[in-house]
Amino acid sequence: MTPILVFMGILAAIMIWWLARHRIASKPWMEVGLTSAGIDRGGAAPPTAKIGMGVFLAVVGALFSLLTSAYFMRMNASDWWAMPVPWLLWVNTAVLAANSVAIQWAAVSARRGQHESVRIGLVGSFVLGGAFLAGQLLVWRQLVDTGYLLTTNPANSFFYLITGLHGLHIVGGLVGLVRTTAHAYDGSDARSLRLGVDLCAMYWHFMFFVWLVLLALFSGYASDFVEICRQLVT
Amino acid sequence: MVDTRSGMEGAVRPAEVEDVELYHPHSWWTRYVFSQDAKIIAIQYAATAIAIGMVALVLSWLMRLQLGFPGYFTFIDVERYYQFITMHGMIMVIYLLTALFLGGFGNYLIPLMLGARDMVFPYANMLSYWIYLLAVVVLAASFFAPGGPTGAGWTLYPPQAILSGTPGGRDWGIILMLVSLIIFIIGFTMGGLNYVVTVLQGRARGMTLMRMPLTVWGIFTATVMALLAFPALFVACVMMLFDRLLGTSFFMPAIVEMGEKLTQQGGSPILFQHLFWFFGHPEVYIVALPAFGIVSDLISTHARKNIFGYRMMVWAIVIIGALSFIVWAHHMYVSGMNPKFGFFFATTTLIIAVPTAIKVYNWVLTLWRADIHLTLPMLFALAFIVTFVNGGLTGLFLGNVVVDVPLSDTMFVVAHFHMVMGIAPIMVIFGAIYHWYPKITGRMLNELMGQIHFWVTFIGAYAIFFPMHYLGLLGMPRRYYEMGDTAFVPASAHTLNEFITIVALIVGAAQILFLFNLVWSLFKGREAGGNPWRATTLEWQTPQTPPAHGNWGKELPVVYRWAYDYSVPGAPEDFIPQNQPPTGRLTREATA
Amino acid sequence: MAVVLVLVLLVVASVLFHMFSPWWWTPIASNWNYIDNTLIITFWITGFVFVAVVLFIAYCVFRFKHRPGLRADYEPENRKLESWLAAGTTLGVVAMLAPGLVVWHDFITVPDDATEVEVVGQQWLWSFRLPGQDGRLGRAETQDIGDTNMLGIDRNDTAGLDDVVVEGGELHLPVGKPVKMLLRSVDVLHNFYVPEFRAKMDMIPGSVTFFWFTPTRTGTFEVLCAELCGVAHSQMRGTVVVDTEADYQAWLEQQPTFSQLMASVETTAAQ
Repeated sequence: MTPILVFMGILAAIMIWWLARHRIASKPWMEVGLTSAGIDRGGAAPPTAKIGMGVFLAVVGALFSLLTSAYFMRMNASDWWAMPVPWLLWVNTAVLAANSVAIQWAAVSARRGQHESVRIGLVGSFVLGGAFLAGQLLVWRQLVDTGYLLTTNPANSFFYLITGLHGLHIVGGLVGLVRTTAHAYDGSDARSLRLGVDLCAMYWHFMFFVWLVLLALFSGYASDFVEICRQLVT
Repeated sequence: MVDTRSGMEGAVRPAEVEDVELYHPHSWWTRYVFSQDAKIIAIQYAATAIAIGMVALVLSWLMRLQLGFPGYFTFIDVERYYQFITMHGMIMVIYLLTALFLGGFGNYLIPLMLGARDMVFPYANMLSYWIYLLAVVVLAASFFAPGGPTGAGWTLYPPQAILSGTPGGRDWGIILMLVSLIIFIIGFTMGGLNYVVTVLQGRARGMTLMRMPLTVWGIFTATVMALLAFPALFVACVMMLFDRLLGTSFFMPAIVEMGEKLTQQGGSPILFQHLFWFFGHPEVYIVALPAFGIVSDLISTHARKNIFGYRMMVWAIVIIGALSFIVWAHHMYVSGMNPKFGFFFATTTLIIAVPTAIKVYNWVLTLWRADIHLTLPMLFALAFIVTFVNGGLTGLFLGNVVVDVPLSDTMFVVAHFHMVMGIAPIMVIFGAIYHWYPKITGRMLNELMGQIHFWVTFIGAYAIFFPMHYLGLLGMPRRYYEMGDTAFVPASAHTLNEFITIVALIVGAAQILFLFNLVWSLFKGREAGGNPWRATTLEWQTPQTPPAHGNWGKELPVVYRWAYDYSVPGAPEDFIPQNQPPTGRLTREATA
Repeated sequence: MAVVLVLVLLVVASVLFHMFSPWWWTPIASNWNYIDNTLIITFWITGFVFVAVVLFIAYCVFRFKHRPGLRADYEPENRKLESWLAAGTTLGVVAMLAPGLVVWHDFITVPDDATEVEVVGQQWLWSFRLPGQDGRLGRAETQDIGDTNMLGIDRNDTAGLDDVVVEGGELHLPVGKPVKMLLRSVDVLHNFYVPEFRAKMDMIPGSVTFFWFTPTRTGTFEVLCAELCGVAHSQMRGTVVVDTEADYQAWLEQQPTFSQLMASVETTAAQ
């Protein structure tokens, strides 16, 4: 359960920082009247939708941390045979990285008000995201063809389960992209478009990050890393 | 002392209304059925939760009949018995308590108490309810599925849950259970995002965190915990579905099932237990923290005194919420996990007792030198403290690893968790309904029916669960269809079981009176007015009762003080609403 | 004033119930009276807190119930009082936790001279295996289970050939000698539970769990399953008999060993 506890620790640190900013040690009964203290200290507050996205990504992060925890606990059993990492997975990783770049480009362009670039970035991101998904399905097919079936080994089961859940989140991201792209073409106001693109960017960057962690997991780097940490501690 | 009126108003961030696009209903359907108004959604959540909760209540009657009078009721066969206890537990914990506290009270109270017009994502909020309803329907469908609902116990431990020796294990029961939970979690996440982000972003001008009523603190913290804990149940459910349907072996070791070897091997049943309790323990506090918050407000309002040690109460809620994520394995002391874990988890578990005890002290100290109005909400709040203290203290037996060894899996455990997370939170739910019903409907609940309901429920529930601890101490295991002739169980223990069953039937019947009261008072109840309890918090200051769509009319309220200005020295009334601006005479400035 | 009366009566009735009810733990038959002692300490501390809190509530309701003209005090907090209460609570928690952890350390530290006894659970039957002359149990795996080898003992492990096998019968143990119970399950979770021994532990298919104890008095005790294991969970009973050394040896000699069982099966098959 170490990965989820580490993840929770990070979230706890963020929450403590946030609470500390809100004067949680103040004595509210001593302060009558309108008070500004603790609400915000300079700078505009982030829009509600972004906060919502942040909270949602924390939930998604918890989900994948738990899957990672389960993976580590199960891999200690004697029947575990690690899977080879198909080379196509590295290609997919590159595609997802390119997708992150495209959506970031769209976000920067939106901030600068360059509508045409925004559209290109969004469409590019959609194509790359779809390509990643197709690539993942291709990886599944290759693995099935070479005999790495879902039930032949728990390592395979975890691979299909985790990539499947990640893929579902990618599908969700594509739906978001379609909606935002539609906004980019029907000429809705710049502010809401910028927000939409920013939300997409947050989501896709996070999915890319999650994917990197998962890739480290499947390729064995993660367990090597854990082993090194363990040796450092003891 | 600080008075921040002068010259600071320009620095105050305006209330975040422009981000909340209020959806205005155009038809009866969008107003009352597919409504995006948190108040309607709250009522939908509450009605659904109470309806499925009544099913769970009837199931508890049936299981008590079997335990009290084994052999008399032949239609309760062993398969049905296990199905009844499983569904009773799961419905009560997830579909009633979680849904009612967060989906019901959370939806109704968060926007009103914070001075917001609605939740920040009303559409997702509406979806949340309909997905929850779907989860309830799938759950209820398992009663009619071939083989009936699952009888694996609410903990659903594999391998047993998906094998043929358990009702529903090789049939539809367990599948529908898991699918229903997955749907519930998806729906809850949508609602939960709303509750959290509304607290973060939707607070009215002047509503700092430390001015929020403890109800909001409790629901807020519980929702944050639920958002992070439910994924563990989600993962466990998905993995078990894979094991059951696709033949993977996440949780399935090599097994000889009734003489037949299964193909699966190597899986870890303990892994499921870790995932389940990583959700399951926070779940206890997901139910308890809203109850803590609400009961603080009930006590303060009806004792006409500020809650004692508000800051400590807030910190305790947050600390309990955080600690509850590192105590989960205290449910697994005798599970066969590495016994060395026992030291760590016993220590963390007993540490939680300290902030929890502080909360209890602060509730009772609020009563000291108060002006106690023994209204129905107050009575239920007192009943909560008594049952919660009782159940919390028996938790110290079970949390202290070695004391747990003889008591685990006995009736002591059943008595403990019913007292602490069944009876105690339900006392708060009742108190809260008596308290907020006037705001929701504009009418008071009938006092006489309420008094009967209270006394029967409180004394009855205590009489059911207090003696039950001693059956566990005796060694009577839980989840037994019948004890049969067991040498160490004296005949008197069976008599006690009969007594408990009879009291349970009576207490259950009293709930029907309560439901009747809910309906009767809707039409015949006394007119309540806007603020019948003379309370300070914002939900009582709405221009209309029941509050209209958008809650506040034209102007959003502005908050000038904390939520507990009761019996302030020098004030003409014994309460000052949060949105009442300070007058020159009343500001507590420059005295320090 | 009904509330005050009921609260006081509730405290009095609870205490009287605790003192005079006939339902209390079964007379102990193992060395784990430490557990009982820790439990008694917990009862005293928690009982005191319960009585104090409920009586305090009753007093408050009695004293400060609303009457015309009464106005509550305004007291947001009292750090000193809160600190004292927190410190007192911490002390009480330590008083319960410290002995608990010490006893837990004993509970999970198996003495070197403990005899190993294996318990195998299956739906819904208890079987037992004791080491033979060599004092060791042979390897066993769920995969090796067959029609004639209900416990899945590995035939190629010579240590297992002389193991004494009790399929579905009584387990006998000698009094006064520590035993390490090795727990194994072939299908679902079970839990080997003898109330008189106080100790219990889940049995997990695919792994071996354990607990240890020393029987301290002779007698016949009922084994119950304490982890839900399917529809016949409550019927899954067994018997443990604690014997004097002489009786135990006499019983042991009558039990078949694994190789004897195999031989008898093969002769029946040959005929």
